[in-house]
Order: sequence, then structure tokens, then C-alpha cells
Amino acid sequence: MLKILKYSFFDLMRSRWSYVYFLFYLLLGVMLLFLNNDLSKAVITLMNVIIVLVPLIGTIFGVMYYYNSKEFTELLLAQPVKRSSIFLGQYFGVALSLSMSLIIGLGLPFVFYGIFNSGAIWDFSLLLVTGAFLTLIFTALAFVIALANENKIKGFGYAILLWLFMAVIYDGIFLMSLVYFEEYPLDKFSLVATVMNPVDLSRVLILLKLDISALLGYTGAVFQKFFGTSFGFILSSLMLTLWVIVPTYFIQRMAKRKDF
Amino acid sequence: MNKRLLHSVLFFLLFTATFFAQTIEVCNSCEISTISQAVEKAKPFDTIKIKKGTYKEYNIGITKPLIIIGEGNPVIDGDNKGEIITIQSDNVTIYGLTIVNVGTSYTTDYAAIRVVKSENFLVQNNTLERLFFGIYLEKSNHGKVLNNTIKGDAVNEYNSGNGIQLWHCNNVEVTNNRIRNVRDGIYLEFSDQIEIKNNKSTDNLRYGLHFMFSNNDTYTNNLFENNGAGVAVMFSKFIKMYDNVFRKNWGTASFGLLLKEINDSEIKGNIFEENTVGINIEGSNRIDYTHNDFKSNGWAIKVRGACYANTFSKNNFLYNSFDISYNSNINDNVFDKNYWSNYTGYDLNKNGIGDVPYRPVKLFSYIVNRTPETIILLRSLFIDIIDFSEKVSPVFTPDNLMDNNPLLKPIDHD
Repeated sequence: MLKILKYSFFDLMRSRWSYVYFLFYLLLGVMLLFLNNDLSKAVITLMNVIIVLVPLIGTIFGVMYYYNSKEFTELLLAQPVKRSSIFLGQYFGVALSLSMSLIIGLGLPFVFYGIFNSGAIWDFSLLLVTGAFLTLIFTALAFVIALANENKIKGFGYAILLWLFMAVIYDGIFLMSLVYFEEYPLDKFSLVATVMNPVDLSRVLILLKLDISALLGYTGAVFQKFFGTSFGFILSSLMLTLWVIVPTYFIQRMAKRKDF
Repeated sequence: MNKRLLHSVLFFLLFTATFFAQTIEVCNSCEISTISQAVEKAKPFDTIKIKKGTYKEYNIGITKPLIIIGEGNPVIDGDNKGEIITIQSDNVTIYGLTIVNVGTSYTTDYAAIRVVKSENFLVQNNTLERLFFGIYLEKSNHGKVLNNTIKGDAVNEYNSGNGIQLWHCNNVEVTNNRIRNVRDGIYLEFSDQIEIKNNKSTDNLRYGLHFMFSNNDTYTNNLFENNGAGVAVMFSKFIKMYDNVFRKNWGTASFGLLLKEINDSEIKGNIFEENTVGINIEGSNRIDYTHNDFKSNGWAIKVRGACYANTFSKNNFLYNSFDISYNSNINDNVFDKNYWSNYTGYDLNKNGIGDVPYRPVKLFSYIVNRTPETIILLRSLFIDIIDFSEKVSPVFTPDNLMDNNPLLKPIDHD
């Protein structure tokens, strides 16, 4: 598996898209710091970008990579290699190279700007960690979708739909249910609904760390109380890890049974 | 400043000289070594000079017109036993004393300096520390509270007092005081014609300034910073609020300025910066908001309900998360000629006024008002989308709530 991971990783590292992705974050980081001069404000803007773009790019890239390297995969399958290690290797190759582009691309400008001497270092590292998690999660989901669909167009369609659901539609349903059930106590419900969606969870985790959390008022206080405890922290990291593990398990299972 | 101080002291000296007043000196090694003794011995309109030293005294009752001057920062230490100075006479001056360790009680409001049913008092250049209540004015009129420094050590609201409290007072001037770490910096109840100028009220547990049932008062050029909840003006009429700065009242239940049941008032030239809510308005009518700056607040203005005939014009709304929040879709307030940093319109005829009206209420702020829990969706992509669609065609937000003449450049208030 490690060999395939290494191969996929270096293959992607050489590819144009990784550079584009890396350069995009590098530019974004530089521009933000150049225009803003305020680290904590830059973190807020970055959060907006990360919770929308990272999942999108993770899904698209994952699906694309799977379909593009299909012939090579079939060649590998003819060799005496375990099936699961082929697909897991590919998945981790993609996810790691994407996370690396993100972390290095955003990290470099901030390091040069002096993030280490600033109080925003924890907010910023939280941002990068959630970004990496989101990449892992959405790439895994993309691989599951790609494995389930032979048809490229269908696969892409489902992948986009998945992103749309997680980033937009889920919040829409969430909002509607909150408004519809406004007569009832909603703290627990909103807490659960937030924890269930990795995009929302990342957003809330970052928001609570920033000054802006004061806007959240009473609801924010409930969330702060929950996520401020070690239980909340463990639960939210557990939830994010679960979101990585479950699709990864599916990749493995589907890879075993799939007929090529 | 010193000149003015000198004048007022000279005036009092001259005034008292006409009554053949005497001067009594108090010091640790003098014949008269306590202030209570001196007060007892003094005749009306005498001057008591307190020399440098520490005096462990409390319950000093002043019942005749006296001038008490501290020389070289004498300290009166109350040893947490009770009230320090109680004035029950007209024409009393307290000048240059340092009063520490006022007693705390759950049944009596002990104060460092209390003025009861007196006129023409002057409390100037005093320093009060470790206190319960600072300067407590009770049914007293025509006095001045100038240049005092009040530094409390309040931790809980229930066992702390206010810095300067006015209860049933008229025509009092409160100027140049610095108040910090008490419950309410300045508290007014049933007090009319009060002038509050150039004070700094910071780091207080509850409010920097608190009005209750007080009419015709003016406060100008004050700084209210980092208070627990901000400044509250409640159940009052004809209040003038000019050129104050409300800053950094940041917390889940904080605001810069709270207006509740305020009518016919004027809010002009103030700066609201980095507050969770700039102004929280409830049941307030006929108020003019002009030339204010709202900068980097969570909500610049939160209108709660029953607010009619208010005018908001020539204000700058700069980089607030929400400009206006409104909880109904009926609007009777006027927004005109303000600058909104979120405005995205254009100006074809180059007259400095945008050609497209600006709608300051976002759909999300309307939803949050209805169901507060939805705030957790703050900064989600879905919210941006619905805000945009509401901006294009308003359905939920009041459709006449808009600024028809939004300015393209921030207003220079001078």
C-alpha cells in the first residue's frame, strides 16, 4: 500500500493541478495579509474560503483522479497486490497531496508574516487542521462515489450533489427546521445537527475560537459550553475522524467486491 | 484645569472669609488629630485643612457648612466598617482627600462620600479606592462633582456599589471623573437637569452610565469602554447624548448603548466601536440619530419593537456584521443620507448619492430575530445565498425600510 501511496503522491506532486491548487492558496494567503494587515480578520476570511472550497476541490479532485487513473488501476489489479491497498493507497495519495498543498500554500505566507509571534497561531492551526480533515473526508466520499459509479458523468454529478448538499442544502434544511420548530427548545437539536455535518462542525469550531463568537449570544454560549469542555473537543474530533474512517471502510469494502 | 480649580477654591475662601471663618488644621501629631474632632470643633463656614497622613475614621457626619481640604494626599481609611463622610448641610466642599476601604453591607448602601438633602456642594479632586458606593448624592441640588478618581474592586454585582450615584437630584454637574471597576460607573435615578461631561467610565461590572426615570439630562464627551453591558438609558425623556465614545463592550449580552422607553432625545456625534450591539433600541420614539459613527460592531443598531418616528441620518455605518436588525415588517422610522460600507450601488450622475436605495436589514438578521438559535448558521454559504436573493427581491424584510439616498463616501462630521 505504501508503495502505491508513494507513487500516487509523487505522481500528483508532479501534476499541474497540485501546483495550481498550491499557488492558489499561496496567492490567497499573500493577498489577504497584504490587504488586511490583521491576522485574526484574515483568519475569518480564510474560514469562509476553506469551508466552501476545500470540500469542493476535495470531491472534484478525488473523482477526477479515480476516473483518470482507471487504466493504471486495472493494470495494477493484474499484479499480485492486495486490492484494498491499491485503492487506499490512491486515496491517501490524493488526500495527502491536497492537504499538503493547503497547509504549505496557506502556511508559508502566514509564517513569513509572523504567525508564530501572534496570538492567532491557535486559531490558524485549528483552521489548517479542519481544512486537512475536510480534505480527507471529502476525498474519501468522492472515492466512494466514483467506485459506485462506472459512468463518469453520473459520478461527477453525484459528487457535485454531495458537496452541494453538505455545504448548502443541509444548512437550508437545518434553518427550515429551526424556524419550523421555534416553539420548542432547540439547543440540543442545533448542537446535534451541527456535529453531524463536518462542514458545519468545522465552521462552528473555528467561529467559537474567534472574537465574532460574541455575536452568537445565548446559543453561542450553549455551544461554547459544549465545545469548551474536553468532552466536546474529543467528541468533535471523534466525529471528524469518524467521517474519515467510515468512507475509508466503504472504499475498502467496495474495492474488494467490485468487478472490473 | 488647575486654574479653574484655584478659582473655585479662591471663591470659596473669599466667600467664607466674609464670615470671619477660621482655619483648623488636622494632622497626626497636631492638637486635633482626628477629622471628627475637627468637624465637631469647627464653626459654620470654617476651613479644615487635613495634612498628610493616614486617618482611621468612619461615620464622619458634617452638619454645618465647611470646607475640608486635604493637603498632600491625606488618606482616610474606613477599615471596612461603614460609611466615611456624610454631608447633611448646604455649602460643603470636600477637596483632595483619598478615601479607602469603605464598608460593604447587604442592608445599607455605605458610601465614601454621601451628600444628603444639601445644596451647593462641591466634591473635587478626591481619590476613592476599595469602596462600596463612591459618591452618593441624595436629594441634593446645585452641586458639582469634579475630577474625582474612583477605583473599585467589584467582582459580583450583588455585593458591589456604584461609582457616582444620583438619587432625586437636580442641576448637578459631573465632570472629569475617572471611574473604573465598580458596578455602575455613574447611576442616575429620578435626577433632572444633570450635566455629565468628560468622564471616563471603564471596566465596570454592569453599566458605564445608567439612567432611570431621569429627564432633561445631557452627557457629552464621555468615554465608556469595556463595561459589562455598556450604557443604559431607560424610562427617560429629553436626554441629549453628544460626542461620547462607546467602545469594546463585547460579550454575549453586551451593547454599546441600550435605549428603553426613551422619548424625544437626541443622539449626535457619538462613536460606537467594537460593541456586540451598537445601540439596542426598545420602545423609543422621536429620537434623532445624526452624525454618529458605527464601526466594527456585531450589530450596529438592533431595533426591538415599538419604535416610532425615529430619524437616522448622516451616520456612518462601517464594517458591521449586521447594520440594522428589525423584528417586524412594519417600519415607521426614517433612514436617510447615511453612509453604509456594505452598499454596492452606483452613482451615475456623480452627485455623491447612490442611485439605488440601500436596504440595511438582511434577511438573516430578520430570521435570527425570530428564531435566535439560527444564529449558529452565521457565515454559512446558504445564508449568503438567501441574503443575496432577499436583497434582489425583498419578501420578509420591511420593503419601505431603506435608505433612498445612501452616500458613496463616509461623512466627515466636522
